[in-house]
Amino acid sequence: MDSSMVGTDLRSASVAPSEPDTAVRTTLRIATAGSVDDGKSTLIGRLLHDTKTVFEDQLKAVEKASRRYGDGETNLALLTDGLRAEREQGITIDVAHRYFTTPLRSFIVADTPGHAQYTRNMVTGASTSDIAIVLVDARHGVVDQTRRHSLIATMLGVEAIVVAVNKMDLVGWDQAEYERISKEVHAFVDGLPHPVPVFSIPMSALLGDNVVATSTNTPWYDGPPLLTFLEQFDASVESLPGARVHVQRVIRPQGGDHADFRGYAGVVAAGTLTIGEPITVLPSGRTTKVSGLHRWGQPVADAGAGHAVVVELADDVDVARGDVLVAGDATHPPEVAEDIVIDVCWMIDQPLLVGTRHWFKHGTRTGHATVTAIEHRYDLVSLEHEPTDELVLNDIGRVHLRLSEPIVADLYRHHAEGGRLILIDAASNTTAGAAMIAAISAWSPEI
Amino acid sequence: MSQPAPTTPAFDDYVSPVHLDELTDEAITIIREVATECENPVLLFSGGKDSAVLLHLARLAFAPARLPFPVMHVDTGHNFAEVIDYRDRLVKDWNVRLVIASVQESIDSGRVVEDVGPRASRNRLQSVTLLDALAEHGFDAAFGGGRRDEDKARAKERILSFRDRQGRWDPRQQRPEPWALLNPRIRKGEHLRAFPLSNWTELDIWQYIARHDVPLPTIYFSHTRTVVERDGMLLAVGGPVALEAGEQPFDEVVRYRTVGDASCTGAIRSAASTLGHILAETAAARITERGATRADDTFSESAMEDRKREGYF
Repeated sequence: MDSSMVGTDLRSASVAPSEPDTAVRTTLRIATAGSVDDGKSTLIGRLLHDTKTVFEDQLKAVEKASRRYGDGETNLALLTDGLRAEREQGITIDVAHRYFTTPLRSFIVADTPGHAQYTRNMVTGASTSDIAIVLVDARHGVVDQTRRHSLIATMLGVEAIVVAVNKMDLVGWDQAEYERISKEVHAFVDGLPHPVPVFSIPMSALLGDNVVATSTNTPWYDGPPLLTFLEQFDASVESLPGARVHVQRVIRPQGGDHADFRGYAGVVAAGTLTIGEPITVLPSGRTTKVSGLHRWGQPVADAGAGHAVVVELADDVDVARGDVLVAGDATHPPEVAEDIVIDVCWMIDQPLLVGTRHWFKHGTRTGHATVTAIEHRYDLVSLEHEPTDELVLNDIGRVHLRLSEPIVADLYRHHAEGGRLILIDAASNTTAGAAMIAAISAWSPEI
Repeated sequence: MSQPAPTTPAFDDYVSPVHLDELTDEAITIIREVATECENPVLLFSGGKDSAVLLHLARLAFAPARLPFPVMHVDTGHNFAEVIDYRDRLVKDWNVRLVIASVQESIDSGRVVEDVGPRASRNRLQSVTLLDALAEHGFDAAFGGGRRDEDKARAKERILSFRDRQGRWDPRQQRPEPWALLNPRIRKGEHLRAFPLSNWTELDIWQYIARHDVPLPTIYFSHTRTVVERDGMLLAVGGPVALEAGEQPFDEVVRYRTVGDASCTGAIRSAASTLGHILAETAAARITERGATRADDTFSESAMEDRKREGYF
């Protein structure tokens, strides 16, 4: 072995993915939500600190910065407010990602901004999360941002909401106050278009009550502290029948030992894919079978949701990037569609108007999307549908699109991965909308 | 003095293997997506552990086809000899195309002016060399091994991070990034940085290295080296580090936790000579890798943010 090298060549290594083990919990992705100053960053700082995830140099830097910004004691929020502008203003502008691991589980935490102005950054953090922790200041109760963030988080696909009724120390650990707030959030979430289970916990993020350890100040609360809840939460793996693979790329080695190899790279979205399984290629509708499966460069017999695979097909059918391989009998088979109705979070300053054209990206398919109608916007407080002819920054509304090329569409409520798309501003190329497919239809405005 | 090496732990004592599986699938998916949507990507390769893992993942992403893009080393000229040996050996064994962008050439051509003095570092100069090389080769996307757990400014960055025509990062105007639907659209002259390891921690990196037997430069493992202690950091003597008055070089049993410009990358006292020892040491570490070993990041509170705004990795 060469003296400068340690380890062996990849070619001689044979590493198979881990066998699924039900005893091992999957990573839990969490996003914070709630209004400014409700204590989101402080809570994350407290979780990191109390799980011993904060390194000594980070803590020293935070102690120094706390003195500089005039905070009386060590301000744990500075652990996640990493940008200079955030530290100077004492607010969170953009989402920060943090990581911690306990003996039971690994966590990815998105600490999101509370200001309405930065809702688009909250969308970024919430969209990949399993759970949203919605903080409520016990002194102020439910405010507009509580409702707005609960709506956005449930629309984007979180599986549960944890209401952290925070700053309980400032209301004398009053059980009645806690229960009033908790009930109000429960009732609101139950009325949302995509309701999810709600759990609530009384806490003081600043003092650490009910964050990692059970508080002695809340004898009337018999639930677990936040961390215990998160460790034990079962994030459902999408076990829908009918695996899908949105083809990212055709893998075709040039020459060498694999000159005849032709495989299709992509991620298995839901379900399980097995060698020999019948496959329909959409939109073309041609049928064939899975003849080979590879994950991480190694042959595998089957592949589950989230696995990055290369699929070989038995017949020489035409498959390109953007096509979707669909297996088995889905309860809700996808439809090839050019006209769709979406719920969209609008995230740029230029309004969305009828007739405007944007890029869309759905799975691995990109094309143009023209707005053909705007049904309504959601009033984020009353949840009423307001008729409108435009969506402006941070609005959520229902919009009809005509696409320049067909997509293999699912309704978002049936199949999250096949039911979402992004809209991209054609002028600036920035991501302008996060959209969920509510209906697949010919254009038919509501009366 | 150095601590006795701990006993070798079991492979998955620290991170659930399912967690590492998920990170592996996520990184491969990002690499495939960016490489397919962008016209001319490149992978930034420093010879450090993160870029070694990144390159290993990139090869898995396209197997059995070859890696469809080159790798680029931004060479400060202040290298550890072991790292250059390792780099040259790896690109040969793994059959990848290497592009070298030289900070020395940027200095010689007057594009940058080198700091002088015993504490001068070429770290910051790399940004100019990097941006010049991206423009020269027409690279529209650069894969980097940056991880959000390294630094508080990195914790804010998107997986796909937009750079304007001047190569600048604007942390206040980052593109939203809903779900895993990456938006790689740019105009001519702009470029993207892609960070497939965004969600990995230092411990995840070592777990992956152990699982896949990823080759690394020997300086990551315990060895005896002549060093000088400066500002609580052990700097190697004999390379670009000039002794200051009163400094006494001495031999110490050390290893490196990060590999960067030799003038500002510190070693740690360690007897960890195997991957098992390093995993145990990493799991028990109480100081971040950058805090422990990078003089450039301890200069000011927002040192990393400032460098990133200018185009740094």
